[in-house]
Amino acid sequence: MSFLPYAVAAWLFGVGLYGVVTSRNLIHLVVCLTVVQSSTYVLLLAIGYVGAGKAPIFADIPQGTTVVDPVVQALTLTDVVVEAAVVALLLALVMQAHKRFGTLDPDELGVMRA
Amino acid sequence: MSRRARLWMFAPALAGMVALLIWGLTGLPDFGHYRGPYGKVLAKVAVPERKATNVVASTTFDYRGFDTLGEEMILFSAALGLVVLLRELRGEEEEDEEADDDEEGIEGREERTSDALRIFGLGLVGPTVVLGIYIVSHGALTPGGGFQGGLVLVTALLVVYLAGRYAAMRRVSPIPMLEVGEAGGATAFALIGLGGLVIAGIYMKNFIDPGTPKTLLSGGVIPLLNISVGLEVAGAFALAFTEFLDQTLLLRGSGGDES
Amino acid sequence: MIEAVKIAALLVVAAGGTAVVLVRDPLRQAVVLSFYGLVLGVLFFAFQAPDVSLSQITVGSVGVPLMLLLTIAKVRKRERERE
Repeated sequence: MSFLPYAVAAWLFGVGLYGVVTSRNLIHLVVCLTVVQSSTYVLLLAIGYVGAGKAPIFADIPQGTTVVDPVVQALTLTDVVVEAAVVALLLALVMQAHKRFGTLDPDELGVMRA
Repeated sequence: MSRRARLWMFAPALAGMVALLIWGLTGLPDFGHYRGPYGKVLAKVAVPERKATNVVASTTFDYRGFDTLGEEMILFSAALGLVVLLRELRGEEEEDEEADDDEEGIEGREERTSDALRIFGLGLVGPTVVLGIYIVSHGALTPGGGFQGGLVLVTALLVVYLAGRYAAMRRVSPIPMLEVGEAGGATAFALIGLGGLVIAGIYMKNFIDPGTPKTLLSGGVIPLLNISVGLEVAGAFALAFTEFLDQTLLLRGSGGDES
Repeated sequence: MIEAVKIAALLVVAAGGTAVVLVRDPLRQAVVLSFYGLVLGVLFFAFQAPDVSLSQITVGSVGVPLMLLLTIAKVRKRERERE
């Protein structure tokens, strides 16, 4: 049972990848990519967790209590925001693709010319 | 190759990759038995050294500040790419229509939102801005910081759009101001790191006196970096939303807008 | 031994991720994605990471679904004009 966080991360990765490959709509594809990204967040936070640790903010707990790892949290929090901007860029690309090819089907891209 | 052939090739590949992934993950230490020394050392040492009680913030902006600089640049280039893509899209569409000017057309066609929504939105904008500024400035003390606070500030802008009209949102945040804010935030971050190089000999070294913990000015250079990151994140996302809304509300000569 | 809260949050996240992928219509997917963002935020909170949870809730429940909706609106508008 203590393998569950890692298993969930691997499951999310597999499911998201399956969604990307079998997608018939470019917007659906971009959202499945978001799921793949979230699997990395879960994995990072699961690695850094210390049993019975608290959040690494010492504003109200005394110095020296066990806390979870702050480094992975720093990595994940910048990651979450930056990936959202990348998703925005991908959606703009989808809009351009729709304009050029007239379709949102990944299999049809490059066949029709607008 | 055909779609079916691709899917038949994908299934065993995915199974193999997930199996390898799970096999690799079993090699990690058990959940909860974090072994690595870096996190434990930081938790012990961060507050006495930097006097900032939020250890995650001092990790992001001080101990691993260089990584955050890289992330800032990713954010900046993503926003840049977005603006370039959508401006080209809009430019081409404005060529082949005989439509009227943006502002007046939009003002004339948008219906008034309901009064309840307008009052609610008006009441929400002020507290949201204050909350955003609070989260940004207290980044070194409590959970929060530039990234989260910047997003809350963008939410305030969206409330203006939802409760009012698109023209009102554009008047509050014209695109040049957003671009300057975003670029200014990214530049400020890099320049503060440069200040560390000039004053203390190491790029991104914390060169301001740390102060006492639990006060607003603790953490040395961390509040400044928080503010610059907040500026950049708010600018980037507000720019993204404005560009997307522009695309959706672009009027054509014959059709109307659906929003 | 993991506590029940974490186990429950992990299972809901796994189910939510599967739901996001299996919903094929982008419009409905935006709503499911918003819910998934919230559930992820709860999971991060259970993992004692309040900063990450804050970012995730703002971005994943408001930011990305909003951009999705705007993209869908733009695509539909162009398709309607094409006819």
